[in-house]
Amino acid sequence: MKKDTQIKKNPLSLQLDLSSFEKATDEEKFLQQRMRESTTFFKDGMKRLSKNKIAMISLAVITLIVLIAIFVPMFYPYDYGQQLGIVAGQDSDSSYNNLRPFEYGETELKRIEAGEKIFPHIFGTDAHGRDYAIRVIYGTRISLVVGFFASIIVLIIGVIYGSISGYYGGKVDLIMMRIVDIIYSLPDLLMIILLSVVLKQTLTPVIEGTPLGKLGTGMISIFIVFALLYWVSMARLIRGQILSIKQQDYVLNARSIGAKSGHIIRRHMLPNCISVIIISTALQIPSAIFTESFLSFLGLGVAMPMPSLGSLASDALSGIYSYAYRLIIPAITICLIVLSLNLLGDGLRDAFDPKLKK
Amino acid sequence: MSEQKNLLEVKHLKQYFDVPNGFLRSLKLKAVDDVSFNIAEGETLGLVGESGCGKTTVGRTILQLYKPTDGEVWFDGTKIEGKKTIHEFRRNAQMVFQDPYSSLDPRMTVSDIIGEPLDVHHLYSNRKEREEKIGHLMDLVGLTSDHASRYAHEFSGGQRQRIGIARALAVDPKFIVCDEPVSALDVSIQAQIVNMFEDLQKKLGLTYLFIAHDLLVVKHISTRIAVMYLGKLIEIGPSDELYHRPIHPYTISLLSAVPVPDPNVARANKRIHLEGDVPSPLHMPSGCPFRTRCPRATAKCAESMPELKEITPGHSVACHNL
Ligand SMILES: Nc1ncnc2c1ncn2[C@@H]1O[C@H](COP(=O)(O)OP(=O)(O)OP(=O)(O)O)[C@@H](O)[C@H]1O
Ligand code: SF4
Ligand SMILES: [Mg+2]
Repeated sequence: MKKDTQIKKNPLSLQLDLSSFEKATDEEKFLQQRMRESTTFFKDGMKRLSKNKIAMISLAVITLIVLIAIFVPMFYPYDYGQQLGIVAGQDSDSSYNNLRPFEYGETELKRIEAGEKIFPHIFGTDAHGRDYAIRVIYGTRISLVVGFFASIIVLIIGVIYGSISGYYGGKVDLIMMRIVDIIYSLPDLLMIILLSVVLKQTLTPVIEGTPLGKLGTGMISIFIVFALLYWVSMARLIRGQILSIKQQDYVLNARSIGAKSGHIIRRHMLPNCISVIIISTALQIPSAIFTESFLSFLGLGVAMPMPSLGSLASDALSGIYSYAYRLIIPAITICLIVLSLNLLGDGLRDAFDPKLKK
Repeated sequence: MSEQKNLLEVKHLKQYFDVPNGFLRSLKLKAVDDVSFNIAEGETLGLVGESGCGKTTVGRTILQLYKPTDGEVWFDGTKIEGKKTIHEFRRNAQMVFQDPYSSLDPRMTVSDIIGEPLDVHHLYSNRKEREEKIGHLMDLVGLTSDHASRYAHEFSGGQRQRIGIARALAVDPKFIVCDEPVSALDVSIQAQIVNMFEDLQKKLGLTYLFIAHDLLVVKHISTRIAVMYLGKLIEIGPSDELYHRPIHPYTISLLSAVPVPDPNVARANKRIHLEGDVPSPLHMPSGCPFRTRCPRATAKCAESMPELKEITPGHSVACHNL
């Protein structure tokens, strides 16, 4: 193209100068035509999740904590209920009580002098001479189990209740949602405390001697409380999802080809709200752990001598001036678990359901 | 054409929706009110009318996606009633949806979307046969087999509509309700899709109820045209006759709004501008629904709804003052 045939370019204008563009070769054109790789919804979400640094760090922390809680008690030399100062046939040895981190009891010191290797009490011992490190690890295990199972209970009840309410709609929905509203309006902490107290009295004789007895009425009442009260927000969420999915054209389309209700729920409705279910379950776990800790702290949680992070913190209160670390250690553990689960849940939400982002 | 047997007969079809109005009260919305028509085997009935006049509702009620408030639908000589006939009916009557975006499940691949009707009606004996059938259907609508494992959101509107058509064709139906299948698409693609509908009709011997608000598209594809206004059928007749000699004042005004390619004809045709808005379907005027905007309205129009009367063979109009 000759210079003078070109439109004179205003130096301030943003008009592009065509001569600075090269023509695409055939090969480049072919590359442009190729569509991007087809990805599934799940792969797409995982890719987005793995790019989220905070979520990945949280995932690593959670995995580490879970692994420790599961495997360390298996080969740890001390047991969570074992009072080190009490050996069968001997007087109790009070030198084991309230050891500071990495201190040893009298008999242990003698054995060390004799050349024996003794596993150290990393966090010392508590007022009854029990190794504190294993109690914290065991407490973590209990807290995680409570969080996990309570969330499963919430998940099952919430999903079933919510999807029935949303799918049938109309009067069924109206009545079911009013029940939810009533439960929702109860002051939950008050209800938990009342229920725990009542259940403690009524359940104790029933479960005496059974395997459940070891778990203690406190734990059972926590599960019951979750089953009774905490599913409501899950149910609401699922109902909302099902209601909105029900109105989608693709559900009508499925009916127009002759699909039955079961098929529609399985193939269209659940897959389209699975991300919400996963995310809210993930966010439910820390809330359950927090509630358990809180109840145990008030003395309504797990039964003695079984520790949970909350009851450990509660026990530590009495010696707070001399042994502050005994409160700090379980408190930090709770924080770590709750925080990283929450951050992971947020990450999951962002990766799988950006619409839910507030 | 009138000698042919009727594939679909719609008799006094009504669809009233309850619209909540304050606490525990509701109003009746007469989306479709006493609509009757027949469609002969192999023909295309075009259904036109303004947005909100109940075209989609007619299509969906015929297919029993909404339970009719009243009236009957007869298909191939059987009355559609009860679970069993409805299920059987859905193997023979399908729908192509208005919106190609929302009508396909975002979590399903193209092959699953097209294969779902086959799954529901158990139309194959093994996986290979399923795959083959899907491949054949994709071929029929001009999709290539490497599209099969992709998700609907990866496609353009026109391609999605092809997926929707392939899905509707999967059960090998006789009758398809095409609910404004092209109005969500680019003008350049509309013609392709409309032509494809015509080709498929010839190839597979299909019968269509073709809904649109664009009269030119409908005239191009339809054997007969029906015009709706506020849930009522006001004029129905052979495509050419209705287009060149419309009788109902509403049809006349609709046609005068159609852009005509020839400037001489366009100048000769005076555009009739309708006064006022379409009344709300919740508060219908008494008598003829069109009387609030009709240039010919008289006192009689407020008293009673005019019956559909045959003016010339096959051409019926509902109006008091012809
Ligand atoms: N499920 C429903 N519940 C209540 N009202 C409805 C429902 N579906 C449609 N309507 C109402 O019925 C009337 C007719 O709606 P319809 O969708 O059939 O119109 P349409 O002619 O298809 O319009 P468009 O050209 O915009 O698609 C409208 O007033 C609409 O608000
Ligand atoms: S019946 Fe009356 S109002 Fe209705 S279209 Fe005819 S003239 Fe107009
Ligand atoms: Mg419509």
